[in-house]
Amino acid sequence: MYQFHYVKAKSLQEAGEFLAAHPDAKLLAGGMTLIPTLKARLAQPSHLVDVGGLAELAGIEVKDGKLRVGAGARHREVAMSAVVRKAIPALAELAGVIGDPQVRNLGTMGGSVANNDPAADYPAAVLALGATVVTMRREIPADDFFQGMFATALEPDEIVVRVVFPVPKRAAYAKFPHPASGYAMAGVFVAENADGVRVAVTGAGPGVFRWQEAEAALGKNLSPAALEGLTVEAEGLNEDMHATREYRANLVAVMAKRAVAKIAGK
Amino acid sequence: MAKVEITVNGVKHAREVEDRALLANFLRDELGLTGTHIGCDTSQCGCCTVHVNGQAVKSCSMLAVQANGAEVVTIEGMAKNGALHPIQQAFTECHGLQCGFCTPGMIMAVAGLLKDNPNPTDEEIYHGLEGNLCRCTGYINIVKAVKRSAELLGGK
Ligand SMILES: Cc1cc2nc3c(=O)[nH]c(=O)nc-3n(C[C@H](O)[C@H](O)[C@H](O)COP(=O)(O)OP(=O)(O)OC[C@H]3O[C@@H](n4cnc5c(N)ncnc54)[C@H](O)[C@@H]3O)c2cc1C
Ligand code: FES
Ligand code: FES
Repeated sequence: MYQFHYVKAKSLQEAGEFLAAHPDAKLLAGGMTLIPTLKARLAQPSHLVDVGGLAELAGIEVKDGKLRVGAGARHREVAMSAVVRKAIPALAELAGVIGDPQVRNLGTMGGSVANNDPAADYPAAVLALGATVVTMRREIPADDFFQGMFATALEPDEIVVRVVFPVPKRAAYAKFPHPASGYAMAGVFVAENADGVRVAVTGAGPGVFRWQEAEAALGKNLSPAALEGLTVEAEGLNEDMHATREYRANLVAVMAKRAVAKIAGK
Repeated sequence: MAKVEITVNGVKHAREVEDRALLANFLRDELGLTGTHIGCDTSQCGCCTVHVNGQAVKSCSMLAVQANGAEVVTIEGMAKNGALHPIQQAFTECHGLQCGFCTPGMIMAVAGLLKDNPNPTDEEIYHGLEGNLCRCTGYINIVKAVKRSAELLGGK
């Protein structure tokens, strides 16, 4: 690991000011992405500004009919939260299959969406549910937030404060995890929202994306049969030592059917 | 450098550490608690699992400064007054280890699992130990050891 200076932020404002004044500083939340990245010497920040445990980023509640999850909420808290389980059980279920227990004990909602790993789970839920990412300076709709591999609409010194999820009528997530890391080889989140069905795919492409053909078909008939014969284009999907793009394209269709079967079974 | 105060297995340690020091290295190199193993570079093997404020974490993926003020329990803190902890006892009885390299982390992860779920099913054990890799046992006896631990701890 390269050298850096560690700074424990006492407030959000202090963290924001520090980032603005130090262009090579980085926020540290759960560290479950950042620390492995530093260990591999894939980044060389001047400072780490620790926002772990800041009260301003904590909290999970339903307000004005929407589920608000603080950026500092650990995956474990989201998975176990009675509030999340009641409002959007599929989101609690998703949080419970991120990585492994030790990762879930530290990793956070804010870190996961800000990082936008192409194989991360939360981005699929955020996009399918049409959630809003709230930062210290603005509110960013999911459709504008995710911008491809590890890229988001965030400015370098912008801090995610919470994610606000509209409560869907029904939703489900199905994931084919990588057997060692737990990251999604393909993960599909299907949501029946007030304004129609949305299908978001993670793990398969360079970034989370909506599968509009499936959305149209499921909008007419929310059952696995509606997806019969539908396929995503393999061109442009990820290919690596774990799977070809054709295999990933097939996994997307299978995971989508599984997610819809879960919804239809409820 | 940063000043930290970390309570490990009930004893408070005040030290100066490099900002980039990992908790695993702090425990091993500063405190000589070499029961916490380091088995990978990728945060995947779980050999380094310890408890920080009651929760299982991978100490190779946390900075020592992040644990400032925290209560840490390592494998060395499990046995009490010369008597093995029930989970250690169960791993011994069930032959839940061969080379033993993964065992300290495995035991700390099992302790975390059983705190949340005192009487887990096989499926719940597989899911609960996803963060720990064992190259020797094939996991069969580890799963037996978890069930035996649950019995010894009164979960059944
Ligand atoms: C072994 C292992 C397996 C994993 N498996 C999975 C998996 O199956 N699915 C999955 O989705 N993830 C997985 N992860 C990643 C994990 O979910 C991380 O917790 C998450 O990606 C990052 O959250 P964090 O709080 O740890 O962020 P950190 O690592 O602390 O930070 C990540 C990035 O986000 C930035 N950041 C953090 N908080 C904020 C904020 N509030 N505002 C703006 N920027 C911020 C940081 O500067 C940094 O660039 C795994 C990780 C490991 C180590
Ligand atoms: S040493 Fe492998 S996960 Fe920590
Ligand atoms: S007993 Fe050898 S790695 Fe598990």
